[in-house]
Amino acid sequence: MASSDTPLLHTPLHSAHVAAGGRMVPFAGYAMPVRYGSQVEEHHAVRRAAGLFDVSHMGEVFVRGQDAESFLQQLTPNNVSKLAIGQAQYSALLNERAGFIDDLLVYRMASDEFMLVINAAGRSEDVPWISERASGHDVEVADRSDEMALIALQGPEALEILRQLCDLDLDNLGYYHFAKAPVAGVDAIVSRTGYTGEDGFELYVENQAAVALWQDLLRVGGPHGLVPAGLAARDTLRLEAGMMLSGQDIGADITPIEAGVGWFVKLKKGAAFPGSERLAQQRTEGVKQQLVGFELEGRAMARTGYPIEVNGIQGVVTSGSWSPTLEKSIGIARIESDQVFDRPAAGSSVTAEVRRAGVEGHVVKLPFYSRVK
Amino acid sequence: MYSDDRYYSQEHEWVEPTEEGDYVLGITFFAQEELGDVVFVELPGVGSHFDAEGEIGTIESVKAVAELFAPMAGEIVAVNEEVLDRPELLNEDPHGDGWLVKMRPEDASAHEELMTVDAYREFIGDVDVDPELGEDAGDGVDDDLGDEASDEEEG
Repeated sequence: MASSDTPLLHTPLHSAHVAAGGRMVPFAGYAMPVRYGSQVEEHHAVRRAAGLFDVSHMGEVFVRGQDAESFLQQLTPNNVSKLAIGQAQYSALLNERAGFIDDLLVYRMASDEFMLVINAAGRSEDVPWISERASGHDVEVADRSDEMALIALQGPEALEILRQLCDLDLDNLGYYHFAKAPVAGVDAIVSRTGYTGEDGFELYVENQAAVALWQDLLRVGGPHGLVPAGLAARDTLRLEAGMMLSGQDIGADITPIEAGVGWFVKLKKGAAFPGSERLAQQRTEGVKQQLVGFELEGRAMARTGYPIEVNGIQGVVTSGSWSPTLEKSIGIARIESDQVFDRPAAGSSVTAEVRRAGVEGHVVKLPFYSRVK
Repeated sequence: MYSDDRYYSQEHEWVEPTEEGDYVLGITFFAQEELGDVVFVELPGVGSHFDAEGEIGTIESVKAVAELFAPMAGEIVAVNEEVLDRPELLNEDPHGDGWLVKMRPEDASAHEELMTVDAYREFIGDVDVDPELGEDAGDGVDDDLGDEASDEEEG
């Protein structure tokens, strides 16, 4: 996080946000719109129609060369060899203790080229980590974050909106698949991915094309209920969808298995990667800390950092908020014991400490919200 | 927007004197703008006594927690039950239906410690800007940062 005397970076859409009444706040070194009006209305727009997010602060790192695939197999826990050209996967950069350096998406652009999409806050650590490990492999690592903008179009109307601006066969572009195509005349990577739990697309474009694309999307999307949406709505949407926030729910001292996202750890893929030994051990022996979802009775919220107890195991809230969709107080907690323990079953008792009072609740299996497909 | 028959606190609360010598208390338009969507309100029971600046309740928006402070010493004589069920009233009508409690002050001149409307508008940097029209009323960048619930925010 930038200190207060470091000037904040601007995305190419900064002026558009300010003109639209966006409240700009510092986030990962960037001035980003946290909300334009009501964050709850922006949240509902994404669940019911569509929302448009500027997520240009995300980083894009290209890995290209003869060894690109084998290098990424040895760098990330998911199985890169399973990726077809035009397909993406959720994965991570892990340290030797299998803790998260960052979570990321891996896109296969070509047989010998990949795009890694990383978090803005992780960039200063991720890029050197990747570059250092690339030595000895026939690969080039290029951080193109400063050249690329990223616009996320999310919600049940996203498909109909994008169809008007793009000739791709979007009906047959599957979840976690992408294609290069012009959108409103702008060269884009059109990716059916997102961080909201809704159908939607993420559009990667060159910086100079971002403003025109943003405006075209709002113009075409307006009649469908499309509104610009800020970081605050993005946070409640991703939390309802049970998606982890890097640096908050997950970090250097928690592994994917502990975090409950061990599904992307592929230990049998035939390549060791940072943390793979520890993950193999945890698969066999179990874990002593876990992330669990919970909901509380009433309207009081257990915020990040509040103490919490799950089935008698102590912990701390990593994300907690009001859920606009479910109209409940929900959250994710990290609980830790000195012994290995099983994942607490849904319905297990939870007590959160909210302003010196205990608030009761129970464990909920993530995600809190799944869209009807 | 900011009525001149009310008094305002540095905690962004307003009080309106009633004919009976009580004060109706609520949070200002500026406060609700800063907080964002209010989803939870906790208020004291009728009959509770508070010192000036005592903590009388809590207001939570999706992003932030704000403590509610007594602008003066006194007793709670009425509570707006409707905002407990419909916290969004604090956003929709903070100076009207979104009132919070009615207090009977220990000292009938307690409001003299508070700000007049002109002083309050200056306090929030709203000297020439109509808050309904100007997004720049107050800077408002210190609250609701993406991933941090701002516990220190005092509405």
